[in-house]
Amino acid sequence: MGLIGKDLIGLRDMPAERIKLILDTAVPMKEIIRRQIKKVPTLRGRTVVTVFYEASTRTRTSFELAAKYLSADTVTIAAAASSVSKGESLKDTARTIAAMGADAVVLRHPMAGAAELLARTVDAAVINAGDGAHEHPSQALLDLFTVREKKGRLEGLKVAIIGDIMHSRVARSDIWGFTRMGAEVRLAGPATLLPPGLEKMGARVCSSVEEALMDADVVIVLRIQLERQQQGLFPGLREYARLFGINRERLRLAAPGAVVMHPGPMNRGIEISPEVADGLQSAINEQVNNGVAVRMALLYLLTGGGCRK
Amino acid sequence: MAREKAQILDKDGIRRSLTRIAHEIIERNKGTGNLVLVGIRRRGVPLAERLAGRIKDIEGRTVPVGILDITLYRDDLTTLAHQPVVRSTEVPFSVSGKIVVLVDDVIYTGRTVRAALDAIMDLGRPKLIQLAVLIDRGHRELPIRADYVGKNVPTSSREEVSVRLQEIDGEERVVILETAE
Repeated sequence: MGLIGKDLIGLRDMPAERIKLILDTAVPMKEIIRRQIKKVPTLRGRTVVTVFYEASTRTRTSFELAAKYLSADTVTIAAAASSVSKGESLKDTARTIAAMGADAVVLRHPMAGAAELLARTVDAAVINAGDGAHEHPSQALLDLFTVREKKGRLEGLKVAIIGDIMHSRVARSDIWGFTRMGAEVRLAGPATLLPPGLEKMGARVCSSVEEALMDADVVIVLRIQLERQQQGLFPGLREYARLFGINRERLRLAAPGAVVMHPGPMNRGIEISPEVADGLQSAINEQVNNGVAVRMALLYLLTGGGCRK
Repeated sequence: MAREKAQILDKDGIRRSLTRIAHEIIERNKGTGNLVLVGIRRRGVPLAERLAGRIKDIEGRTVPVGILDITLYRDDLTTLAHQPVVRSTEVPFSVSGKIVVLVDDVIYTGRTVRAALDAIMDLGRPKLIQLAVLIDRGHRELPIRADYVGKNVPTSSREEVSVRLQEIDGEERVVILETAE
C-alpha cells in the first residue's frame, strides 16, 4: 500500500493532509524536471500501463513522462478507437493488465465509475485520468499545486471556475480539491451547463460571470467541449464568447495579480481571449510543466514502496 | 523499545571532531579552492553547515553548502516498512569540476552513500567526491570508505547509533541504543 492508499480515483473523499502530502512531494519532483538529466532511479523495474479509451495526448504524455523520469517502464494501450461495451472491455483490460504484471494503471474512460471498477478488479494501483463527467483528480491536483506555488497558500483564496461545469470532470475535482483546502469556489456559466447540486459540493453558483470574477484570486477557464455540444445547450459560439468568454476587460474585475488557468486544449477566442491566454497573469504553460511533477509525485506515492501486493 | 547502552560523544566531543575534520579537509585539499560541501538529509545537513562554519573560521573563506535528499535514489524502497517522504534537493551551485565533500552523520551499510553518489552524479560531473562522517559504525555492505571520520565505533548489528543534534533534536550527543530481541 502506498503512502496515499492503493488508488487515486477522485478528490471527493480525499482528506486535506493527503492532498498536502501529494503537493509537497511534487515540489522535489519539479526540481528534477528542471535538471539537465531529468531522471532518477526510483521506480526502476516497475511498469506503468496507460489505458486511454478517449484520446488525450496531453494527459497521456504527461503521465508517460512522469513514469519515465522515475525510471519506470511504460506501456500504452490505445483503446481510444475501440467501442466495445463498458463491462466487457474493462474486464478484458483488467486481464491484460494482470498478465503484464503492471504496478500502476492510468485509465481514461468515457464512463463515470470506470476507474473505480478497475481498481476493485486489479492488484495494481489505479490512477483515474478522467472518467466521464465524474472526476479528473490529477488535473485538479496540478491546479492546486500551481495556485499554491503562485499564491503561497490555498486557504482563504477566492477561486472562480467559469464555463461548462456540467461536462467538466476537471471542475468537479477542482471543486472538491479547492474547498477541501479551505478556498472559496464560485461557479459561473450558461444556466444549461450548471447542473443542480453544486451548492452541496460546497461551491457558490453565481448568476453572472462578473459576479464570480469579482476579487477572485484564481480564474479557471473551462474548455467548451465542442464534441459534447450536439444538444444545443447554448445558442452559439460567438454569443458564448460575448457572454461568458474571459477577456481583458472581464479579468479586470478579478483581484490584482489573479492567476488565470485553463486545463487545455484551449478554444482561443471562445472561452478565453488570446491576450488573456498569453498574458502575464496566465499560468497555463506552467500548468503543463507542473502536471508532470504532480504525476511523478502520484506514481511515487502510490507505487514507490511498501509491500503492495 | 531501544535501550540506551552508552554515550559515545558529548557536546564537546562532537565539536572537537568537527573541528578536526575541518582541518583535515583543508589540509588534504590544500585549501578551500574549488571545494563545496553537500549534506545528506537530514542530519548531514547541519553537520555540513557546521563544517562550513569551521572552515570559514580557519581559512576565512565561505564554502558553498548544498542539501541532498536521496530518497528517490534508494534501492531498498520495497523492503522498507515505511515509504519515506521525499524532500527537496537544494544544490544551488554547479558541482561540475568541483571537489565535493559529502557529509553524513553515520556510515553503516554504505547504501545511503551509494545513493548519494548517484544523486550527485546526476547533478553534474564533480572532479572529486570525498566523504565525511561523524560516526563510522562498520558493517559495510558495499566497498565504500569515508575519507574523514569523527569517531570509529564498533557496534553489533542489534545496536543502533543515534546522533542527536541541537538543530534537529534539541540536544547534542551521540549514543548507542540497544534494541530488544
